[in-house]
Amino acid sequence: MSGAPPLLHRRRLLAWGALAAVLIVLPLLFGKSFALSLLCQAGIMVIFALSYNMLLGQTGLLSFGHAVYFGIGAFATIHALNRVDHGLPLPVTLLPLAGAAAGLAAGLLFGYVSTKRAGTTFAMISLGLGELVASASLMFPALFGGEGGVSGNRVVGHAVLGISYGPQIQMYYLIAAWTFVCIVAMYALTQTPLGRMANAVRDNPERAQFVGYDPQSVRFLMLALSGLFAGIAGGLSALNYEIVTAETLGAQTSGIVLLMTFVGGVGFFYGPIIGAVLITLLQIALAGVTNAWLFYFGLFFLVMVLYAPGGIASLLHMHRRLWDAGRLARVLPAYAWVGPPLLLFFGGLIGLVEMAYQRADGDDMTMKVFGSRLDLSTATPWLAALLAAAAGLALLRASWPRVAEAWRQALASAEGGEE
Amino acid sequence: MEFTLISLLNGVTYGLLLFMLSSGLTLIFSMMGILNFAHASFYMLGAYFAYQISVYLGFWPALLFAPLLVGLVGALVERYGMRKVHKFGHVAELLFTFGLSFLIEEVVHLVWGLSAVDYRVPHFLDGTLFTLYTTAFPIYKGFMMLVSVGMLAALYAALTRTRIGLIIQAAISKPEMVEALGHNVPRIFMLVFGGGTALAGLAGVIGGNAFVTEPGMAAAVGNIVFVIVVVGGLGSLPGAFIASLLIGVIQTFSVAIDYSVADFARQIGFHVQVTPTLARLSISQLAPMLPYLLMVGILIFRPRGLMGARES
Amino acid sequence: MGVPALQLTDVRKRFGQTAIINGVNLEVAAGERHAIIGPNGAGKSSLFHLISARFPVTSGSILLKGESVTGLSPHQINRRGLSRSFQVTNIFHNLSVFENVRCAVLWSLGYRYSFWQRLAGLTDANLQARRVLGEIGLEHRGDTVAGILSYAEQRALEIGITIAGGADVILLDEPTAGMSNSETADAVALIRRVTEGKTLLMVEHDMSVVFDLADRISVLVYGEIISTGTPEQIRADRAVQEAYLGTGFSAAEIDRA
Repeated sequence: MSGAPPLLHRRRLLAWGALAAVLIVLPLLFGKSFALSLLCQAGIMVIFALSYNMLLGQTGLLSFGHAVYFGIGAFATIHALNRVDHGLPLPVTLLPLAGAAAGLAAGLLFGYVSTKRAGTTFAMISLGLGELVASASLMFPALFGGEGGVSGNRVVGHAVLGISYGPQIQMYYLIAAWTFVCIVAMYALTQTPLGRMANAVRDNPERAQFVGYDPQSVRFLMLALSGLFAGIAGGLSALNYEIVTAETLGAQTSGIVLLMTFVGGVGFFYGPIIGAVLITLLQIALAGVTNAWLFYFGLFFLVMVLYAPGGIASLLHMHRRLWDAGRLARVLPAYAWVGPPLLLFFGGLIGLVEMAYQRADGDDMTMKVFGSRLDLSTATPWLAALLAAAAGLALLRASWPRVAEAWRQALASAEGGEE
Repeated sequence: MEFTLISLLNGVTYGLLLFMLSSGLTLIFSMMGILNFAHASFYMLGAYFAYQISVYLGFWPALLFAPLLVGLVGALVERYGMRKVHKFGHVAELLFTFGLSFLIEEVVHLVWGLSAVDYRVPHFLDGTLFTLYTTAFPIYKGFMMLVSVGMLAALYAALTRTRIGLIIQAAISKPEMVEALGHNVPRIFMLVFGGGTALAGLAGVIGGNAFVTEPGMAAAVGNIVFVIVVVGGLGSLPGAFIASLLIGVIQTFSVAIDYSVADFARQIGFHVQVTPTLARLSISQLAPMLPYLLMVGILIFRPRGLMGARES
Repeated sequence: MGVPALQLTDVRKRFGQTAIINGVNLEVAAGERHAIIGPNGAGKSSLFHLISARFPVTSGSILLKGESVTGLSPHQINRRGLSRSFQVTNIFHNLSVFENVRCAVLWSLGYRYSFWQRLAGLTDANLQARRVLGEIGLEHRGDTVAGILSYAEQRALEIGITIAGGADVILLDEPTAGMSNSETADAVALIRRVTEGKTLLMVEHDMSVVFDLADRISVLVYGEIISTGTPEQIRADRAVQEAYLGTGFSAAEIDRA
């Protein structure tokens, strides 16, 4: 039955302890500074994506303008940072609180307007508000810095215990600490009356009314709190990069957090964490390697929507179920069958895309691939890539039924075994 | 006077173009309950297809075939994408169209490059229709108005006077009943979606050469179209019509007006001591914000839009 | 004679030109079990929707325990002590059975929009939820996700959610719809148990349930109440017989129906 708190409590504490340990140890595993900046960005995005899922996964609100709260928090923090120089008695460590306050204020203000409606209308409102704020930001250069944005210097004031936030590693531990606090706080929120009623409103707003709750109030409060946490993420971003521009609250930032949260999985609390880390990794890794990374992201997103709308977390959960029932080994051979066709298909597709981008953007019509030079003005490389993709797709369609069948059998066996 | 008249004409032309876009969007929303985020992307495809066709075959074939091609793409998207996602719920459908808009923009970038393509007004439509005082009103704008009005009249006639139109109207409110009567509702959905996107494509064909044809054009016009359907009232065609003209006119006028807040204050007798930035803000600078301000205003004071149905 | 639990005066509802409810006058005494019967399409569910403010009335007044509730929103009416169930099961399908019932008790225990209190620590809420689960016979299904319950279990949960908050005026919309004879008998026993000391207004098609449970019955035909009275009075009423069966049928035939 629902209960047995003492055991759960111990397991829960162990989990938090493990998380903290991982956060502390992570930078020591990766020596390069490149890895460090990646970890910093990932931490910020984890908070941002979790705050987004407070709306999407927990309350059922799809927002296309969440970057507004992130950006406003960032601007508030960078202005506060610049005031620290002129005597504001706030340590840099606590500056994200300025972001939190600004994010909360924006959430209260905009939330009042947006949460009058739910569903599609809410999504449209969020889009419009996002555009409104983004276009307004170019009009008030004192606040938003115009084209160049607002910059600051996080090494201000006295270094306490040798912490000046000059070195990136110190910045990482600041972000890690805030990330830990925010994860715990947002998780705790899901276990409160408001958190649960948000779920209820998501599932059945009418029923929630008839048990005494005003869905609009529930949504409003969740939006405001979500803005608070997004503001913290924005504040950390301001401190990390020491600059905030209009892009920070723009449409692309809203799109990225949506992508992260959805890909990670909206139905599980830890889903957005996976999504944030993965997408940050992909973004940094891919952007350096190919010009087509935006295309791949779009394709990845579409494939997820079509075939795995529950996100990576739901896929993990499915496999976990099989693992628990001891049946995971049954589906692995089927995966071996679809592996090569998948590789062939993606190889061909990537070839086509890369060649197309090279042709569209590049100066010359040749492309370096694994040491040899391809001439893109001839038909050969194009045909080869197309053939690979087509063959891969055909083989994939032929071998996929094996996976479906293996899953069907494994699940049936798992159910049968449990009885 | 001249400025007002010319701006009014331009505004109405632009508004009619916007209505071609928002009417397709409204039809799709009314029928399938999905707001097609990728609608402006089909507008963009229309412009690009028209450009490509006109390079080889000229303008008139482009005008005919590009919208049909876009409609075909739309029908395929409905058949193989939307229908699949439908069972995952409204959020998934919306996200699918969102991802699609993204992908289409990147595909366009992939095929045609990042910079604008040279999609031009055909020379036999290039010229002055009439001159109002000192400003010339181009033939092409007149042509745009003609095509817009013609297309919309044809749409209205098709919906209200043909058999398929009546079936579509019925399927909008009672799809199961229509299916029980023996009509192939999924095929009707595909038809409506393809038709809506073809309409967007047509708008792209005639708008792409009047304005600029480049990968960012979808995003630029897409947001405005959403503002229109919210202001007009989700699901209302007359509302979308009024809102399209309203916003078309507002945008055209505001971009050209240099009147600032301080000017206004002086007019009514104040010497306003507001912060200089705020005072110096002119209407033309506020122009990009105005549609969104209108939308937020409507949402506060009249959440169902100008002519939308009241939510029960 | 205290204040009636519910008092409807000349309530009308029109959708466009179509009148659904055509001037209903109804009085339900406190503690009474009152059933509303009538042919299909008479407007019984619509009447419930009007009382619970799912739809606004076109004209007329509704008094709950002596106070006007016309113009209030559903959650406001619920907070004043009126709770309703739905004909088509309306539960929180992604939450567990226990969570469903707990959600229904939160407001009545004053927890409101609290985001600083842990659900696991709300002893009174958890106890009450568990008690209600016991009453509706779902104590062994507490951790099951509500969406996968059987139909009868979902109907029981529906009733559980309705009464969990301790409302004293309960509206049940066809609680036994789609149930077998044995399931119906269980449901009737459950309803009798959980509405002890409360006011019950019920829409039902199953005549045996109606005559079993109800103190008084009102008959709704074409949006108007044509008759109100005790089960015996209704059984003998000519107008009721005609409305249901056409002329020429006897009370015995109605009994058999």
